[in-house]
Amino acid sequence: MSTPEVIDLTAIKRDPGFSDRLTPEHQLRRCIQCGTCTASCPAAEAMDITPRQMWRMVNLGLADQVLHSKTMWLCTICYQCSVRCPRGIPLTETIAKLKQLAIQARIQEWSESTKFYKSFSDVMRTYGRMREMEFMARYFLATNLFAAVPFTGMAMTMFARGKLKPELPKLSGVGRLDRLFNRVAELEGRK
Amino acid sequence: MKYLFYPGCSMHGSALEYQTSMLAVLEAMGAEIKELDDWTCCGASVASVMSDLLSLALPARNLALAEAADGGRPLLVGCSSCYTNLRRTALAAANPSTLARINQALEVENLTYHGAVQTRHLLDVLANDFRADAIRACVKRPLTGLKVAPYYGCQTVRPYSPFDDSQHPTSMVDILEALGATVYHYSHEATCCGTALLTTKPHVGFEIVGQILDSASAADCLAAVCPMCHLNLDSYQDHVSRALGKPIRIPVLFLPQLIGLAFGLPESDLLLKREVVPVDSVLAKLPAQ
Repeated sequence: MSTPEVIDLTAIKRDPGFSDRLTPEHQLRRCIQCGTCTASCPAAEAMDITPRQMWRMVNLGLADQVLHSKTMWLCTICYQCSVRCPRGIPLTETIAKLKQLAIQARIQEWSESTKFYKSFSDVMRTYGRMREMEFMARYFLATNLFAAVPFTGMAMTMFARGKLKPELPKLSGVGRLDRLFNRVAELEGRK
Repeated sequence: MKYLFYPGCSMHGSALEYQTSMLAVLEAMGAEIKELDDWTCCGASVASVMSDLLSLALPARNLALAEAADGGRPLLVGCSSCYTNLRRTALAAANPSTLARINQALEVENLTYHGAVQTRHLLDVLANDFRADAIRACVKRPLTGLKVAPYYGCQTVRPYSPFDDSQHPTSMVDILEALGATVYHYSHEATCCGTALLTTKPHVGFEIVGQILDSASAADCLAAVCPMCHLNLDSYQDHVSRALGKPIRIPVLFLPQLIGLAFGLPESDLLLKREVVPVDSVLAKLPAQ
């Protein structure tokens, strides 16, 4: 973990409304910096800023630093921080919100994660259900095909066990969930 | 007991053995199960990153289908991520304005969700509808001497799960003991499996899985109740061994596969040969039939 020890708040652009846009009713403002979230997180050690630090930075309005950090992309959505938070803040749900904002801001770091979501969402929208092989193929094609190499042995075993089944991809036409996706986009004013 | 069944995507793919063994075991105990027609993906961990409304509309589509099919039947789910999304949506829909917004989205599918149907996890159904006694009554081949490490993972028991403790879950204990198995307790029973990190940040994921498997390594096998947990714990053990710097090899079975073994169900119901880590060592431990 590498963390700046001192942040000069007078020299940094801040977004004072950041915290309150993430959760209704000023919920994040209740944070007392106890660190239970960090202590409970299975991936905290791999984060550039810990969950506790991140929530403090959110409350200080350090939107850029938070949105460019790796922390949210390491969240496994295990809800341990949320159920243990003594202030009852819905932290896991707020991480999803942070991810939405980072994607909307087209932040380029950690694109392996954003492309994971995009590949999954595209397959879901097209077929209505997940197709694991096509999802993985789309993901590694979109990110780094060589990153798939270490997994080929495992994939062959899964194939031999009948765990992966190849299906012909659908390359055009109307997706199974296009209507619902479009309707949601329309209702949210994204279309 | 009658249930509608929402398989979710994994059970029609990599975790087919979970579905097959679950249905066989429940039917052996007299349950009547009907698969939900025309179900679609619950949105997994992805929809909430795309949009707030999508993360409610995708599960609600299935809940609305369930109500239209037979609102009185509980909706049985085996995947803990589906379970979380479906229950999260039901909870959010208790707010009338949220429900109205969900239904505005569902209009294009000609569906209406009323917030009536109840979603139940397989583990909840086994532990609280059937209970250990009914399970024990069906055991023909006790798993005597088999040390099983129950693995609950995260979303099976939190945050929307009313049937067990989010920190120290115990639902599997009575079930495994009813099968004649010995429950092996370890520190990581309710620790997250790492989910998508195994793909997006593999080295972080391998460490997380390594800690779980290492703490359970004195058991003969693990028992899983979620396709994602099972995939991560079973499939990556070669990578995890390299990350840990020591060999780890422990079979991971789905809980209903273990129940089915004790019920004496045939391989065609259990599909044990699909696991990446072969389960031969588990079978070898069982008393001869």
